[in-house]
Amino acid sequence: MNEQNLKPDSSDRRAFLKAGAVATGTALAPGVLLFGVAQARAPGEPASDKVRWGMIIDTTKCASGCSDCVTACNTENGLSGATGPQDSQWIRKLNIRHLKSGVETSLPMLCQHCEHPPCVDVCPTGASMKRADGIVLVDRHTCIGCRYCMMACPYKARSFVHEPLTDQNPEVPRGKGCVESCTFCVQKVDRGENTTACVEACNAAGHKAMLFGDLNDPQSEIAQTMKTYATTEVRADLRLNTGVRYQGI
Amino acid sequence: MARVLHNLIAWGLLVLLASLLMAPAAVMAGVNKPVLERGKGERCVEDTEFMRRNHMALLKHHRDDTMRRGIRTTKHSLKGCVDCHASSKTGSVAASKEDFCMACHVYTGVKLDCWDCHATKPMKQYRPAATPRVTPLMVQQQGGQQP
Repeated sequence: MNEQNLKPDSSDRRAFLKAGAVATGTALAPGVLLFGVAQARAPGEPASDKVRWGMIIDTTKCASGCSDCVTACNTENGLSGATGPQDSQWIRKLNIRHLKSGVETSLPMLCQHCEHPPCVDVCPTGASMKRADGIVLVDRHTCIGCRYCMMACPYKARSFVHEPLTDQNPEVPRGKGCVESCTFCVQKVDRGENTTACVEACNAAGHKAMLFGDLNDPQSEIAQTMKTYATTEVRADLRLNTGVRYQGI
Repeated sequence: MARVLHNLIAWGLLVLLASLLMAPAAVMAGVNKPVLERGKGERCVEDTEFMRRNHMALLKHHRDDTMRRGIRTTKHSLKGCVDCHASSKTGSVAASKEDFCMACHVYTGVKLDCWDCHATKPMKQYRPAATPRVTPLMVQQQGGQQP
């Protein structure tokens, strides 16, 4: 790389990029770097704990009244979309108001995919579990439907299936008698798409309020965003180290 | 009184023995053997005899690998079974008593829980019930890009 061509203000960034190139990229030509695109896992390869999937939601870009993420989630996972007390909701739109300042915020609330999930702590059968890559799931084969996890979750993120279901999505098995919640679209993640239905819909609608990615990969957009902007955990006082973080609340 | 009781027990045992002796003969003659709707399934991923005895072990092993570790190989996956064995009549592996899973499971009287949660039809037949993810109108109104 020709050091004389560098602008003084960008030298730090260049040095950083060069250092990164040793680990992850290849220099094609002076100043042009090819960074390896995050490789999809082979189907036979288990989820790795080197990865931690997470999400950042920018509430300043989230439009109140828009529920595209909710619709996309329902379509992807075969949920009915009904919002009664006994219906499954994996992602909900909330409108919150700060009591003193009166600031109103709209945001989607979903499973926060905690590092220390209370739902996993209380599960008597081991059905509630955290995968190596940080995705919190319910193993329906061992779930007995006791709903302790629903009580334990501070985010009210879990639902119980009360009625028999038919015509499920072959990739998203769901049935009566089990607790369920957001899976970070694990079927898409395992295919190597590395995105979720809600994020895709938010981007498609032009809001770009949601960002999904690997928190452990310093090159990823989500890690860069987390490093640059202040993000908040909901109920940070519980020290659960959530995988979903919010901007602007 | 005791003599009558003894007679009854003796007769009862005789009838039981006779029925036990005759039962295998009926099976060997092929009476009431299950008739399978095999779907496409020309050639299974394992030997047919092996699958008859061990399909449940393979499925259970694979289910834990997939669910807990994210391993998504297709060779022993339930989705793979359904893709191949869905009936040409019902499009399903468990919609009628002749369909692939049900034929034997009804015959042996073993209840299946798989289909309480899992889809009985192949992926290509799946139609999401909810509304489309992003409608053209939504894109127009909110100035976004169609995916």
